[in-house]
Amino acid sequence: MSDTRTPNSALKIGVYVCHCGSNIAGTVDVHAITEYAACLPDVAVAREYKYMCSDPGQELIRQDISAHGLNRIVVASCSPLMHEPTFRGALLKAGINPYLLQMVNIREHVSWVHTNKLEATAKAKDLVRAAVRRVRLHKPLEKRKVAINPNVLVVGGGIAGIHAALNIANSGKHVYLVERQPTIGGHMAYFDKTFPTLDCAACILTPKMTAVGSHPNITLWTYAEVAVVEGYVGNYKVKVRHKPRYILEELCIGCQECVEACVYKEGRWADEFNMGLSKRKPIYLPFPQAVPQKVLIDPDACIEFKSHKCKKTCVEVCGERRAIDFNQKQWFDEIEVGSIIVCTGFKTFDARRNVYYGYGRHKNVYTALEVERLINASGPSGGNIVLRDGTQPRMVGIIHCVGSRDHNTNRWCSKVCCMYSLKLAHLIRERTSAEVYNFYIDMRTPGKGYEEFYDRLLDEGVHFVRGRVAEVTDWPAHPSEEGKLIIRAEDTLAGFVRRIPVDMVVLSVGLEPQADARDVRRLLNISCSEEGWFLERHPKLAPVSTFTDGVFIAGACQGPKDIPDCVAQAGAAAAEAMALADAKYVELEPYTAHVLEESCSGCKTCLTICPYSAISFIQETKTARVNEVVCKGCGTCAATCPSASIQQNVFEDGEIFEEVEGLLAYA
Amino acid sequence: MELKRIVKFEAERDPAFARWITQNPGGERIRHCLQCGLCSASCPLSLWMDYTPRRLMHLSREGFKEEVLSSYTIWLCTSCYACAVECPKGIKVTDLMYALKARAIQEHFYPKRFAIPELAREFSRMILGWGRITESRLVMRVFFKTGLMRLIGFSYLGLRLLRTGRMRWAREKVSRQTEIIGLLQDVAATRKELAR
Amino acid sequence: MKYTYYPGCSLKGTGRAYEESLLAVFHALEVELEELDDWNCCGATTYMSYDEVQSYALAARNLSLAKKTGRDLMAPCAACYLGLHKTQNYVRDYPWIGHIVEHALTAIGYSTDLSVRIRHPLDILLNDVGLPAIKAKVVHSLNGLEVATYYGCQLVRPYALFDNQREPTSMDRLLAACGATIVDYPLKTQCCAGSQKGTLPEVGLDRIQRLLAGALRVGAETIATVCPLCQFNLEAFQEQASNAHQFDLPVLYFTQLLAVAFGIPLKQAGLQRSFVSIEPVLAHREIAYV
Repeated sequence: MSDTRTPNSALKIGVYVCHCGSNIAGTVDVHAITEYAACLPDVAVAREYKYMCSDPGQELIRQDISAHGLNRIVVASCSPLMHEPTFRGALLKAGINPYLLQMVNIREHVSWVHTNKLEATAKAKDLVRAAVRRVRLHKPLEKRKVAINPNVLVVGGGIAGIHAALNIANSGKHVYLVERQPTIGGHMAYFDKTFPTLDCAACILTPKMTAVGSHPNITLWTYAEVAVVEGYVGNYKVKVRHKPRYILEELCIGCQECVEACVYKEGRWADEFNMGLSKRKPIYLPFPQAVPQKVLIDPDACIEFKSHKCKKTCVEVCGERRAIDFNQKQWFDEIEVGSIIVCTGFKTFDARRNVYYGYGRHKNVYTALEVERLINASGPSGGNIVLRDGTQPRMVGIIHCVGSRDHNTNRWCSKVCCMYSLKLAHLIRERTSAEVYNFYIDMRTPGKGYEEFYDRLLDEGVHFVRGRVAEVTDWPAHPSEEGKLIIRAEDTLAGFVRRIPVDMVVLSVGLEPQADARDVRRLLNISCSEEGWFLERHPKLAPVSTFTDGVFIAGACQGPKDIPDCVAQAGAAAAEAMALADAKYVELEPYTAHVLEESCSGCKTCLTICPYSAISFIQETKTARVNEVVCKGCGTCAATCPSASIQQNVFEDGEIFEEVEGLLAYA
Repeated sequence: MELKRIVKFEAERDPAFARWITQNPGGERIRHCLQCGLCSASCPLSLWMDYTPRRLMHLSREGFKEEVLSSYTIWLCTSCYACAVECPKGIKVTDLMYALKARAIQEHFYPKRFAIPELAREFSRMILGWGRITESRLVMRVFFKTGLMRLIGFSYLGLRLLRTGRMRWAREKVSRQTEIIGLLQDVAATRKELAR
Repeated sequence: MKYTYYPGCSLKGTGRAYEESLLAVFHALEVELEELDDWNCCGATTYMSYDEVQSYALAARNLSLAKKTGRDLMAPCAACYLGLHKTQNYVRDYPWIGHIVEHALTAIGYSTDLSVRIRHPLDILLNDVGLPAIKAKVVHSLNGLEVATYYGCQLVRPYALFDNQREPTSMDRLLAACGATIVDYPLKTQCCAGSQKGTLPEVGLDRIQRLLAGALRVGAETIATVCPLCQFNLEAFQEQASNAHQFDLPVLYFTQLLAVAFGIPLKQAGLQRSFVSIEPVLAHREIAYV
């Protein structure tokens, strides 16, 4: 250890070179590097050690700091991703700012990728020299502590949203549950039974829905959408837009006398809940178990909105409650939350896109959701599976993979269709004793109890034909096919083409991201995958968090999945949101950028370039300002600024130039 | 009861054939074939095929050359492209059928006097000779090659075509036939080069 | 408007009426057509079965010649239309094919620029000439004549450049503009089995029978086609195909129906070449004709 300080320098740099066992020492001459480092300007101490990251190793650094008054540390060892926090911790314990450290990667970048010892050692020396020059410019920095608002916003009131909301509310925190439809329940509310247990969907869902509706810690806003999201983790300001029901929710008691009394004696408009298979009136309750139990008015159907001359029997019958308000307008609420859980779900593939399956052309071709409604006791046909003319089908064909596993439509497998196709096969057989044919490519039954469910179906006499269906036609080729819908597929297991005449065709449509997923993601500042599903931070190890801190995703909006997985993810997301809230504050690394306002020309180039919308323009000074809490330290603005008025902590221009000069200088 | 013992040994496979099919234009995705059967189901001629298009795809990529080139399938294909358009994996089945047909013709994998390869051969001869096809003459040549008896069956139709002026005997030809010959010769030469 | 016209071998033989009616209709619409000088056979499906790469080279010669004319190339025969497009695409998408073809073209002193726009008459009539101009030329409305528009395969598959691949309507719109009623023919893009009627008669006949029966079932009085082979298949074997039902359905090229509507004499539109005359149907529908 020699003292080669430059004159008038207050800097005292300590350089520590690690052997990492033989990981580094095997290819690099560690001793030579240590000796070399000792001769560099301002290096007060240079040591080598077998395992720097170990307790004794760290103790070495700490002792030197107090003994020699070191104020800059360089550690030449493994990747910073491995041990930067470790060494920073050592500096902190020794009483100096942790950001006065620079690590040099002589393992992944040198010993692991080179074989020639001489050359590797020379490279390592260059890197150490560069680091020593750089670290002189390091400044002390502080991590930022931001307080977390414990409130949580859950967007979407399907099973995932409901489960997440209940979990968080039960822990004592406040939840805002915002749902776009007039009732919560999501797609699960449409189902009759759920696989593989054949539990009645409504029976298991409605208690949870009711719990949400009556929970003191949940503010339930239905028929509402998130309009604006601003802020950052722990401090989100959200504007929610309420669409007008034309009913005063606080006053409506859900007696439905208004629906009874409506001047339209019968429904005339497609009932959305029954997939258009029945009709509703302009004033309606979405479905019997709707939560909240409040009616709403469809302004495109109601006479009062068109002519203003309706008798308004609904108002009459509502009487003193006076819950109907034709003049209601949309209104906004502003809330503050610490985290957001997105549970916006999925939509089904539009079967009209597969022209050859005849949906919309042949009347007895149905989608799976439509058949779910037919099967359901509170559906359009009272639970009777009937064709459009009211008769029962005697032969039913269920076509798997509609829209899925196809590079012409959606490449992915929608995960749930095989199971729900089996479920429908079972239910149809049970209710109608019809012959049922399932046309599949692969039978995907991976979950708990799923293969056993398939076994059960195999006992029930359902026909399974392995072959992707080419077309559904009403053009008979044989007298036995007259008046039927014929399904043409190759029975690949048998090896020939078959034509199977059926009365009813059920299309097992796949799952897709919601139509406005890309708009919603922009609203929330998260990403979508190539196919349009919301992007998780890591597909295996972080499936419910996103790259935006404080925004979590759960359920089918992240990718097609069944109810158990939706609930599991919802619980996981709730846990993460609660962890955030209970931590009370979050620490942010100081790798942020800041604007040197004196030289900022106000050109606003950085504003649009920031991928995290972290920069705003201050009108008073006509300069840009970086919100250091939202800033992720990507460096794009610093690189873009034409006047070099943006600097980034830890990556300032001066620091980078010193490092480069250090690399290029000759020893 | 005529018993036949069928087990396929790996030594009987033709890996070069399998490689060849994947390298054919349109065959790049053949490894992705899930055997879903949509090609067979959308094929209007699959009803007559001994091996459905789906089966043929699998046999081809596994290298079972004998079965593939002696199948009826490749001759029944009318290249209507229904399979290629519908295939969920983007495998251009039609292009592979063309390749198999061409290979079967080159390697004489067909019964004697079979009309389809004879038609293809006569067609190519006429192009080499004249650059254009005179339909009437082509049809006559194919009949000569495959069975004069069929000509009798054709006579009624032939007369109708004659009467309506749709059977013309005047030779359709290209004036610069040397270009056609030169073109085809150069193609053959370049391919020889590439094969080396 | 002027186009280079590529007839293809069939339009000089069995498909003569297609050429005649096409030329007559385009003449009436004042669209000039100039036949591609010294065109050669495009190879169609048969040469492709013999040797794919050679057939691309043959087709490429036509493309190179056509490009030199500086005008779009019109190919009415569906097989030629497909073959020319396929050549253009494969020469570009597969470098080794491109190499062989371009080498061959250079060897005979031809340019390797194959980028001519290949069009179909349906495309030109709908998109370049336009329905209003066509409507203006109609002197004898088709009076609701029930037409089954039969597109066949190769016009819509695999390249559907100007129409919907599974539910094409270009011919429908064209003929509807002349007063025809287009029936809902579900088999409009199903294969006619091409040359199989000649080589594997039983197979070919079965396909033809279904297509004819299908047309009758939906009430067609005539079938309109775009391909010479389809037209031949559908009209030449109606007696053989008849069993329980006697088929006597006129099968025309869509250009022939246009010619009737434009008041062009039937002989000019090659209608005397049909095996099943359209005249009884025209009379029944009270469509005047010359």
